[in-house]
Amino acid sequence: MKPKANKEVICDQLMERAKTDRDLLVLCSDSRGSASLAPFADAYPDQFIETGIAEQNLVSIAAGLARCGKRPFVASPACFLSTRSMEQAKIDVAYSKTNVKLIGISGGISYGALGLTHHSTQDIAVFTSMPGMRVYFPSDAALTEALLQQLIEDDTPAYIRVGRNPVETVYENGVTLEQNKAVTVKEGTDAALIACGEMVYPALQAAKTLEKEGISVRVLDMYCLKPIDQEAVLKAAQTGVIVTVEEHCPYGGLGSMVAQIVAENGNATVKCLSLPDEPAVAGTSKEVFHLYGLDAEHIAAVVKERVKK
Amino acid sequence: MNKKAKAYALRREVLDMVYRSKAGHIGGDFSVMEILTTLYYDVLDITPENFSSNDRDHFILSKGHSVEALYAVLSDRGFFPKEDLKTVSTFQSPYIGHPNNKINGIEMNSGSLGHGLPVAVGMALAMKLDQKPHRVYTVLGDGELAEGSNWEGAMAAGHYHLDNLCAVIDRNGLQISGTTEEVMTAEDIEKRFSAFGWETARVSGNDYDALKAAFPKAKETKGKPFLIVADTVKGKGVSFMENRAGWHHRVPTEEEYLAAKEELEKKEAFYNETESK
Repeated sequence: MKPKANKEVICDQLMERAKTDRDLLVLCSDSRGSASLAPFADAYPDQFIETGIAEQNLVSIAAGLARCGKRPFVASPACFLSTRSMEQAKIDVAYSKTNVKLIGISGGISYGALGLTHHSTQDIAVFTSMPGMRVYFPSDAALTEALLQQLIEDDTPAYIRVGRNPVETVYENGVTLEQNKAVTVKEGTDAALIACGEMVYPALQAAKTLEKEGISVRVLDMYCLKPIDQEAVLKAAQTGVIVTVEEHCPYGGLGSMVAQIVAENGNATVKCLSLPDEPAVAGTSKEVFHLYGLDAEHIAAVVKERVKK
Repeated sequence: MNKKAKAYALRREVLDMVYRSKAGHIGGDFSVMEILTTLYYDVLDITPENFSSNDRDHFILSKGHSVEALYAVLSDRGFFPKEDLKTVSTFQSPYIGHPNNKINGIEMNSGSLGHGLPVAVGMALAMKLDQKPHRVYTVLGDGELAEGSNWEGAMAAGHYHLDNLCAVIDRNGLQISGTTEEVMTAEDIEKRFSAFGWETARVSGNDYDALKAAFPKAKETKGKPFLIVADTVKGKGVSFMENRAGWHHRVPTEEEYLAAKEELEKKEAFYNETESK
């Protein structure tokens, strides 16, 4: 059976919780369909708020609701949520410490041929720069489920980015999360791949390929971009070779953060694989990732090259 | 002390804060003073005792740069000691130049304009969802109306028929660069809000009696949010500051400080003599 898209998993989790929690609310900006939250809106109309195509208002309204004791989950395309409403997230949510969970849907280059207006390749940089904002990029359905179960319980702001389409399964047997700790998907000693979001799966495939060639590669699922698990990064640095992989621009993302940690306290080379500093070409995610070297084949080649050095 | 005299006593507190810290937005502090005193002494169900609860009214100062006026009112209402006002804008003080919700009595951080109304919409929605009787108030500047987010909030408030929401516009007609009509036309404010589904009223905004009479109308209005356009005078209370855009954020010299203090004291004394408590 094809796995569910991460956004569908989020809807399931919110619907489950809404059964017993009247304060849990979902807000959309004419985005309930694209967020896969129409079932929630239909089942819990009193707990669903539509703001129309107005992302600034969307986030501010959520902050006002949270200040009065509600627990709003805001779902809007990541491209708009991370830039159009950036100031509302910074001031009304992070600075004012309101319990708002911002869910950026169809993140990265998920919208493919819709172009740069609809791509969000800067959201790690945007949200990690806000004091008090946590940032999560879940990799697959199992991790999304485990993450949502944690976030539903807590009362501080967070941004969660998910893609548009179903993603391959990383955790066949589910996953247990230790709060804000990276998940070691695969142990390894010759190099470490640190990936987030949809890049964890190809990173794992690359590591499996290299294993057959006698290269032992650790794979970390850095779903928690902020706070980032420094201990896990430094442990990865002990292999001497780190390669980061992210569906993000080259600046201010996972690679930048890992490189900063290693430069300050570790001793390893760090190679950062990302989308380029230019508008991504049109195509399916598979085509675009292949072009920019974000597929298992290219990731494996880079790690192999770095290990040789 | 009667409320009219109180507004001038609190203006003196503001003058001291601005003169001491060499910072602040004295023109807007003075124009908004009667709006804030009317709200905090006659309208809002917000007290130091009930502030930590959600079962009360909510207030956001959207024109956050008038925070010195809010500090003066909140300290007078007992949210924090008057002594704290001496730390305004000093090193490591929480009493910064815009509202900071780490301070008792302050709901949300504001200061970037165009945030108060949309956040107030969220608060009013929360109260509707819980069928609570409490109300939400926000005060905006008139120059602030150029921020597009206000109109997103105004649209949503009308759409959701938020009759528990009241916005007040401190219509002093001036902003940093000049008159609002020169910078970006603000009139006709009532027609604009009315088109978004609001009920509106226009009052003399430095007139305590007029303001006091306006808020019950907002409460009585059903099915629509309510807007009060309060016509005020920037720098109200000090002759050489009144209606001068330059006093948006100017700091008085010693001579100006003493002259302003004297004028404010005289007005306070006048209202103490002529008004009953």
